[in-house]
Amino acid sequence: MTESSSNVVRETPQTSGRQVLDREQMRRALIRIAHEILEGNVREPDIVIVGIHSGGIHLAERTANLIAEFEGTKPPVGQLDIGLYRDDLSRRGRPVMRPTSIPVPIEGRPVVLIDDVLYTGRTVRAAMDALNDFGRPSRVQLAVLIDRGHRELPIRADYVGRNIPTSLDEEVRVNLLETSDEDEVLLLRKRA
Amino acid sequence: MTARGSGLAMTESSTRSSLANRRHVLDLDDFTRGEIEEVLQNTEVMKEVLSRDIRKVPTLRGKTIYTLFYEASTRTRASFEQAGKVMSADVINVSAGGSSVEKGESLYDTALTLQAMNADMIIIRHAHPGAPYFLARNLDAPIVNAGDGAHAHPTQALLDMYTMQSHLGRIEGLKVAIVGDILYSRVVRSNLWGLTKMGADVTLCGPPTLMPPDFLKGFPEEHPFAGITIENSVDAAVGGADVVMALRLQVERQRAGHLPSLREYSRMYGVSARRMKLAKPNALVMHPGPMNEGVEIDADVAHGAASVIEEQVTNGVAVRMSLLYSLVDSNGGGT
Repeated sequence: MTESSSNVVRETPQTSGRQVLDREQMRRALIRIAHEILEGNVREPDIVIVGIHSGGIHLAERTANLIAEFEGTKPPVGQLDIGLYRDDLSRRGRPVMRPTSIPVPIEGRPVVLIDDVLYTGRTVRAAMDALNDFGRPSRVQLAVLIDRGHRELPIRADYVGRNIPTSLDEEVRVNLLETSDEDEVLLLRKRA
Repeated sequence: MTARGSGLAMTESSTRSSLANRRHVLDLDDFTRGEIEEVLQNTEVMKEVLSRDIRKVPTLRGKTIYTLFYEASTRTRASFEQAGKVMSADVINVSAGGSSVEKGESLYDTALTLQAMNADMIIIRHAHPGAPYFLARNLDAPIVNAGDGAHAHPTQALLDMYTMQSHLGRIEGLKVAIVGDILYSRVVRSNLWGLTKMGADVTLCGPPTLMPPDFLKGFPEEHPFAGITIENSVDAAVGGADVVMALRLQVERQRAGHLPSLREYSRMYGVSARRMKLAKPNALVMHPGPMNEGVEIDADVAHGAASVIEEQVTNGVAVRMSLLYSLVDSNGGGT
């Protein structure tokens, strides 16, 4: 099933935001992340790339394709929905779930989690719990396109595309060509 | 996802639940198509959880779910219990036998007791139609109907629809033939609501004595069931069907005079290998269980290649997990 089914309500932004990353900058940020992932895993190159729904899914695929370009082999790519592991849901209205698939055993292998924006760290904590239910990786690393600060947990990313200082009343919106008509990162001010 | 939980609040992760305002599951008549689709979509994800080596997720840690069964049940009760346990809820089973019900406690008082013990959900099966509605009106806890008399069995209908969709890729436009005791079947009534909302083409077939009189009269044009076909001949009902669903015939019906004999019933209305040849080549055989093999369905069909009857049971756990996920309150907190 796809997200285009009629039960999916999508929030549309009320304002247009300031562009903090354009298509070319995003491309270069991902190339750098892919190189850094390779350098960071020289000793254990059998990495598994796992994207966190939904912002990390396409970035994980792109990163794996870049690694394939540089190295000739594409690492396995998985996807993780953390809905069953969250600690921060409002009382009711749990989000529609998306499929989780980990295509290879991750026991004893290095895993690189990928998400678009690192914020409070709660999503990443939940993702690590979810990952653990599939086995015990030798290492878990985190790659994000944007680190916007405001951590609420002791979590940091190993690979960061761009650090963007934000205030709490701002939103970071990542548009990707897979789901919209541009590759860009926007900083939006939330409407009160 | 909440704005606070991630930086993604305005990206495609903002897939808000169409079940956000739903409190109870009493029947499918008040479900929107979007709600049904969401339950089925989440069920797909729950199937993945059930396929893992370690079938346990922490989602409902610290939540208590009561099953309150006034009628016998194996699969439905075990299914709810497993669904709750996979999601880390505590599941407590109360049945009429061996409880204060035997001492004459009323349904209301029993349910009130469960609520006082902080039930986060009460799942009820009762011989009287409407019993779950009575609880929903009078209690605060979410109520799930696990079968009320001949009225409704919504979770069975959801798992039936999920099974059809997972095999045939869709529900819209499927020709679904339901054969047997329509009159006393709560499974049929919930399936009619669900299947008509999802756009299936439903044919009902059974002896006239086991067909509700208002069904035989036909439905007015504006009724949601207006498109349903009532068929006397099983061969005609099964002809070209994508799904053939046999219903349990309660053997007491014969004694009550609805049927001349079980043997004649089997010959005239039983789902047999010969009849299944009239259906589409990849047609599914379904049955809500428990089966009377040799009465409403032949053993070779029930266990044959087209049968998805065992899979219905597995899917039942996943469907109930999906409902628990969407309906049991989460308090935040946690880490």
